[in-house]
Amino acid sequence: MTLYKGYEAVIGLEIHVELKTKTKMFCACKNGFGAMPNTLCCPVCMGMPGALPTMNAQAVEYAVMAGIAANCKVNTVSAMARKNYFYPDLPKGYQITQGAYPICEKGALTVDGARIGITRIHMEEDAGKLIHSKNETLIDFNRCGVPLIEIVTEPDLRSSEQAKAFLKKLRTVLLYTGISDCKMNEGALRCDVNLSVRKPGQAPGVRTEIKNINSFSFVAKAIEYEYHRQADLLEADGTVVQETRRFDESTGKTYSMRSKENAADYRYFPEPDLPPVYVSEEQIENVRMSLPAMPDERIRLYQERYGIAPTDGERLSVLRENADLFEAAAKLTRYPQILAKQMLTFSADTEIALLPMQLSVIADMTGDGRINSSTAKTLLSFCQNTDIHPEDYATEHDLFQICDKDILWHMLCAAAQADPKSANDFKNGKTAAGKAIVGKVMAESHGRADAKILQVLLQELKK
Amino acid sequence: MQGMTLSELARALREGEISSFELTKQCLHRIHEEDTQIGAFLSVFEEDALCAAREFDTLPDRQKWCSPLAGIPTAVKDNLMTAGKRSTCGSRILADFVPPYDATVVSALKKAGAVIIGKTNMDEFGMGSTTEHSAFYITRNPLDSMRVPGGSSGGSAAAVAAGMVPFALGSDTGGSVRLPASYCGLVGLRPTYGTVSRFGLTAFCSSMDTVGPITKTAADNALVYAAIAGRDPKDATGCAFDFHIPKREEPLRVGVIAQLMGEAISDEVRNAIEEAIDVFKATGAMVKRVSLPSLCDALYAYFIISSAEASSNLARFDGVRYGYRAEDCGDLENLYRQSRDEGLGEEVKRRIRLGTYALTRENKEAYYYRALSVKDTLVSQFALAFADCDILLCPTAPDIAPKFGQMQTPTQMYCQDLCTVPMSLAALPALSIPCGKSREGLPIGMQIVGRPFSEGLLYYAGMLYEKEAGK
Repeated sequence: MTLYKGYEAVIGLEIHVELKTKTKMFCACKNGFGAMPNTLCCPVCMGMPGALPTMNAQAVEYAVMAGIAANCKVNTVSAMARKNYFYPDLPKGYQITQGAYPICEKGALTVDGARIGITRIHMEEDAGKLIHSKNETLIDFNRCGVPLIEIVTEPDLRSSEQAKAFLKKLRTVLLYTGISDCKMNEGALRCDVNLSVRKPGQAPGVRTEIKNINSFSFVAKAIEYEYHRQADLLEADGTVVQETRRFDESTGKTYSMRSKENAADYRYFPEPDLPPVYVSEEQIENVRMSLPAMPDERIRLYQERYGIAPTDGERLSVLRENADLFEAAAKLTRYPQILAKQMLTFSADTEIALLPMQLSVIADMTGDGRINSSTAKTLLSFCQNTDIHPEDYATEHDLFQICDKDILWHMLCAAAQADPKSANDFKNGKTAAGKAIVGKVMAESHGRADAKILQVLLQELKK
Repeated sequence: MQGMTLSELARALREGEISSFELTKQCLHRIHEEDTQIGAFLSVFEEDALCAAREFDTLPDRQKWCSPLAGIPTAVKDNLMTAGKRSTCGSRILADFVPPYDATVVSALKKAGAVIIGKTNMDEFGMGSTTEHSAFYITRNPLDSMRVPGGSSGGSAAAVAAGMVPFALGSDTGGSVRLPASYCGLVGLRPTYGTVSRFGLTAFCSSMDTVGPITKTAADNALVYAAIAGRDPKDATGCAFDFHIPKREEPLRVGVIAQLMGEAISDEVRNAIEEAIDVFKATGAMVKRVSLPSLCDALYAYFIISSAEASSNLARFDGVRYGYRAEDCGDLENLYRQSRDEGLGEEVKRRIRLGTYALTRENKEAYYYRALSVKDTLVSQFALAFADCDILLCPTAPDIAPKFGQMQTPTQMYCQDLCTVPMSLAALPALSIPCGKSREGLPIGMQIVGRPFSEGLLYYAGMLYEKEAGK
């Protein structure tokens, strides 16, 4: 990574993830996106007098899942706390969150060989949403009390690319657990950036925090801008002010929101309405057993078992569904590497709508030389969302390679007769002319002629 | 009927001497006659109450007598939510607030067949010891109209003392059931924290808020407690336990809290407690003095913790979703400032300021966490005292009910809670029962304090005392 004006960026992230629980964190209201405003709320999430929170066991389990997936230590005892501030989308005047005793701590994810530490994962409730119009501001409380986890990283990241790669990795891991759909456009995953700059080897400088960025590319842009802004400031003998900033998507710049002096004092204290959260070692073990293998484990496994390069393994395992599909198909085929190659022709971010049987049969037929790669491609595309057996389809539509020497010789002779000039040229030593004849055979056979055998037979034509 | 106890009325109802309708009518009549002077009620549900009573009277016998409270009129403090009925907490900010849900204790009373005839006056949000801090009007002590009824459940105590209802519910954070019970010559229980659901009780200090009955006798009190206690899935801090009044052969081991028998306590009150101790001795009880050195810090710790939690609990009253909203406030900041400034009373604002201060980054360690450690110390000192005592005795208040205006400063008012806040901090149950009268004939109250979940034993001791003292 090249340094800008000799400075390197020191970056930590705070990621908020909405959990896909059936109900909200502290009441029985449905946890859902897109409903009519204020139809998913009750006295508890509206902060009515005398209403009390009760803990959603599924939210706790999901937080434990996130912790295990991010290689954290899961605390058997954690505690809820109140974070006090006034805002119209916060009905109680405080957010129930976790302070000194989070549910998970000390984890890490590996991104392109670099270990990115995870300081903590804690549980908290989401706030409502303000809807501004010309003359008024309306409040939708549907999102109030939706369970969130906040994942806080160590300041281990050094560039926007690395931050983006980390976020992608984190999203992959979370999608594997199934605790969130991580849809950034619905606000299910939101990110704050903490950034300072320093000359390599020196202590980090004053940091700023950029709040609430809702796409990976905006995170990268915000980091780029803020990195350059701070480095420019320091080079111009200015100082970086510790402050909270916001990222403007239209200008690509960050703007000051409030300085440290004006920073809110949230007056955290233990939430008296909820007892400590206890998770037994047994529960933690049960959750661990229930989780699918994480991408890193699969990438290693694919390399060991099938000789698949880690970069390919990573793409295969972006989606848990595709990784599962690969593993199921790999058990059925004699050519797992061909299988991998064929699966990699699809986008890594979308689910491949094929059955393990279809993939393995296509890989086998390809490996055995019964179909060529273009036929394989046709079959891969045609079999999607069907239960068609690729071999039946290939038989029915006569898609197999033509390997019969007599037939191929016959076709070659016919092509030579149809193009006597090329045939003559070829006999006189012009290699390019031979290619033209083979091309004609290929066209006639719709690409099914076995190219290797054809090459051998072509030499016969000289005689 | 107005002099009768809950148990007596329950018997009269059951034996057909009176109907629930008749009884309810009499209670309402009494309220009409007396309450303009006393001011115990903030709202009275005349029609609903008569309807409910009439409906009860028509029930077949086997459905009727589901509990000892069946058909009995009652009143609940206005910080307990009643569905479809104004629930103000004694505050201007909730002057027109009508909740869509019942507090769990209110549902429990209804389920037990009790007829709720109204909501009682209180110090705003439970902050006060005299009921002078209601945003609406003061409540007078029915035994002496120049004196306060105590607080914050002053309306509930006055309603029972004036014979308007045979029992009422109050809430006790730092003494708000016990103090008015004491000043009005009644029995009041602060239950073990968690044994009675807080759902629907507007929070003042969540870690210490409890709901407790105010009655004429200890036996009556036990009947009400049995009806409202129990685990509620809506209250995560609740717990279940087996409540019963023990049959004891062996004499009680009684501890007298030395720190609450000193200079801070008036001679009259101290003498009354000494006499009560003699009554216990006469039953064969073994009596000893116990010392709880941290008691002198309890009042400070209580005010810091309760104000800290209150500053957070009352943040929801912001004029945004419900309750009072100031007019023409311009921007959001002013909407908050003006609505809260105009909607909340001085005492409430004082505690919000105190609590906010105690929780700030700079002060949290010195105030909030230090108060919590006093609480911890107190818990262990009580535990030590209970190692060889079954119950502890002490006054409920340092003196008899003060006259209006007698409490000149907030600190003077706070000192009335001297004897009650230690049990709140230590989450112990405490029963206040009358133990004699002052020269002017005003009641003096004594607290019987027990281990957590020892309500049964407290009632046993209370009834034992009532029986022996009445001899």
